[in-house]
Amino acid sequence: MSNRIYLYPLVIRIWHFLNALAIVLLIFTGLSIQYSNPEYPFMRFDLAIIIHNYAGVFLVVNYLLFLGANIATGNRKHYKIIVKGFISRLFVQARFYSFGIFKGEKPPFPISQQNKFNPLQQLSYVAIMFVFLPLMIITGIALLYPELIPAKIFGIGGVLFTDLIHIVSGFFISIFLLIHLYFVTIGKTPLKNFKSIINGYHEENH
Amino acid sequence: MKTRLFSLGILLSGILLFVTLTSQDQSEEAPPPDNYECLKCHGKNYYSFENEVTGMKVHKKMNPYFILNHQKYNQGVHNSFACIDCHLPEYETYPHAAELKLEPQYGCMDCHGDDPNYAKFHFDEISIEVEGSVHGNALGDDFKCEMCHNPHYYELGYSKDKRIEEIVATANNMCTECHNYSQDKFYLLSDSCAGNQDITHSWLPSKELHFKSVRCIECHSTISDSLIVSHNIVEKESAVKNCVECHSTDSRLMSTLYKHRAKESRSKFGFINGAMMNESFVVGATKNYYLNVISIVLFSFVFLIILFHAFLRIILKK
Ligand code: HEC
Ligand code: HEC
Ligand code: HEC
Ligand code: HEC
Ligand code: HEC
Ligand code: HEC
Ligand code: HEC
Ligand code: HEM
Repeated sequence: MSNRIYLYPLVIRIWHFLNALAIVLLIFTGLSIQYSNPEYPFMRFDLAIIIHNYAGVFLVVNYLLFLGANIATGNRKHYKIIVKGFISRLFVQARFYSFGIFKGEKPPFPISQQNKFNPLQQLSYVAIMFVFLPLMIITGIALLYPELIPAKIFGIGGVLFTDLIHIVSGFFISIFLLIHLYFVTIGKTPLKNFKSIINGYHEENH
Repeated sequence: MKTRLFSLGILLSGILLFVTLTSQDQSEEAPPPDNYECLKCHGKNYYSFENEVTGMKVHKKMNPYFILNHQKYNQGVHNSFACIDCHLPEYETYPHAAELKLEPQYGCMDCHGDDPNYAKFHFDEISIEVEGSVHGNALGDDFKCEMCHNPHYYELGYSKDKRIEEIVATANNMCTECHNYSQDKFYLLSDSCAGNQDITHSWLPSKELHFKSVRCIECHSTISDSLIVSHNIVEKESAVKNCVECHSTDSRLMSTLYKHRAKESRSKFGFINGAMMNESFVVGATKNYYLNVISIVLFSFVFLIILFHAFLRIILKK
């Protein structure tokens, strides 16, 4: 009854699993470090620092895997935003999520081999993978080697500035994760998309 | 009009008189000490003198421990002193008399002890703390203030508003002059083996950075209410090992290293512990209040929207 399309190549799935693991660890330890408190320790500070550092380095290596895999498998085409008409396509998708979905309308951009992300997905994935994650990685590496950071940036302490970017990017990635986790439940059944990212196949449902 | 001019004249001459009087006062106060008599030998690697027995002029190497840096001397708090204010005038002759080695030397407390002029430095309290510290307990009176404070160069880090990095470097240098493998100074006092700070502190991540941005005493001495610099160095078992003592909003650094600035800026632009902000970034202690609030509000907002959306989906699908 359903026709299956192979959407998530194995390397992408491996990357995604490791990435999710690393990010969850990083968010957890990161929050614990940022809100460290002697009376209510989330987690021992030195332990949190060690885990955060290892998970961070691991994330960087894994990010390289993501870039490599996208080049090797041709998955990269899904991350190319076609600028012409993109804004109006975004609105169409947003309208669908705000109203259409409740009226049982069909999704305006059905999933296909050529087009696996809807415009909103595409925008958020591109923003996360090519803006926030790289910012996170650059500032993270800098904080690992603070002697590389100039003493002053725009009149405030260099490390402080770097850390502010690190924390703000971390915040956006956390928000992304929250939204991401919710949106992947929007499928034929709430768990269907999770199956896809495990076995690689998308089952046509519309 | 005339009276106005007249009174203006009186006023001006009054000011002039005041200025000349006070400026004279100042020039009388600080005659530059001429320590050349001593520094011609103690300021150089080599010294020379007339050997009275052979009648010849001899050149000799100066013991490196007895060489003084003139420039550092002039920066110190005692730069107005002549050498013989602290050392006996008999030193003016060379060879120095052998008995001079036996004369007791003026220590900090001999001049500053019990002196209300220096009340704000709390010398007497400091002296009591030093006596009760690990050093005082182990070595008694042998461990004088001079073990850490060079009377020739002593400078006040805080009052000159030096950069934290410099204050830290000077203070840590005092300790590492002894607490290091290679330092002979340690063996003046103890037969046990001086540990290597690199090894004994290997548990501390980014050790280099920590030793550049905090003083040894931040971890090794207790917090003092009245003293700007606590001198109560405790045994190693009581040293601070818990990271969160510094890395949290309640950072102990605010009552130690940053104590002298703590009052002036507790929260600059909403930065908690703003006093530290310009010189260093301490994870967990430097936080921004507004960013915290904004992030919590945004996060809750997104979460509520998602809940609402999910709710509608569940209801309307049915
Ligand atoms: C001609 C060179 C010369 C002059 C001038 C001289 N010294 Fe010395 N001083 C020495 C030498 C050399 C020593 C090393 C010990 C020795 O040879 O007695 C020394 C040792 C000392 C010591 C260390 C004593 C000890 O063993 O702990 C003191 C203190 C000292 N001098 C103070 C002075 C003062 C103060 C002056 C000036 C008033 C002065 N010296 C002038 C050459 C000089
Ligand atoms: C504020 C007091 C003070 C002044 C001023 C002072 N000294 Fe000293 N000096 C001392 C004390 C105290 C010691 C002993 C230090 C110790 O025990 O470690 C000492 C030690 C020395 C020593 C022996 C080296 C050592 O470190 O033990 C020499 C040499 C010396 N002084 C030379 C001078 C010369 C030269 C001057 C003038 C330029 C001078 N001092 C000015 C207090 C002073
Ligand atoms: C021979 C007496 C004498 C000795 C020994 C001595 N001092 Fe002083 N000290 C003075 C005098 C006098 C002044 C004031 C100097 C001035 O204002 O020019 C002073 C000033 C100071 C100041 C205040 C500087 C300021 O800016 O107000 C400090 C701090 C200080 N000394 C610490 C020490 C320490 C630490 C030692 C021991 C290493 C020591 N002194 C040894 C006499 C001494
Ligand atoms: C174990 C080393 C050590 C000993 C011993 C020691 N001090 Fe200190 N002291 C320090 C350090 C470190 C500082 C902080 C750095 C600085 O201000 O130079 C300091 C600072 C000071 C200050 C400046 C405080 C201020 O208000 O800025 C005074 C005054 C002082 N010490 C006096 C003494 C006196 C007096 C003794 C002897 C009774 C003594 N110290 C013994 C290490 C020592
Ligand atoms: C003049 C040399 C000297 C200086 C300067 C010095 N120490 Fe010490 N320190 C010693 C000696 C010697 C001992 C060992 C006493 C003993 O034999 O038990 C010691 C012991 C200690 C101990 C106890 C170690 C243990 O095994 O429990 C600590 C902690 C310590 N010092 C910290 C400091 C700090 C911090 C400073 C700088 C503010 C400093 N010391 C400056 C000589 C020095
Ligand atoms: C972050 C806090 C911290 C700082 C900064 C720090 N220490 Fe320590 N230090 C400790 C702790 C905790 C111990 C006990 C370690 C243990 O028992 O394993 C210790 C141990 C020591 C010992 C005894 C070690 C031994 O067995 O030989 C000495 C001496 C010492 N420190 C000196 C210093 C000196 C000198 C500095 C500055 C250059 C310094 N410390 C800076 C926390 C610190
Ligand atoms: C005495 C206070 C103190 C203690 C105790 C302390 N730290 Fe720090 N730490 C600092 C300060 C100050 C800095 C900021 C250095 C700077 O950037 O100027 C810092 C910086 C750091 C950094 C940041 C390095 C970077 O990349 O910017 C890490 C990580 C860190 N500490 C971990 C720890 C851990 C883990 C512990 C406990 C084992 C610990 N600290 C204990 C004061 C302390
Ligand atoms: C922790 C739990 C996570 C779960 C359960 C999860 C789940 C999923 C699922 C089901 C998909 C496929 C549906 C779709 O294409 O939208 C997917 C895709 C994706 N996820 Fe996640 N995700 C998680 C974390 C993350 C994180 C932390 C990131 C990035 C920071 C991320 C980035 C992506 C990207 C870029 C894709 C598209 C991959 C591709 O096909 O190229 N995910 N995720």
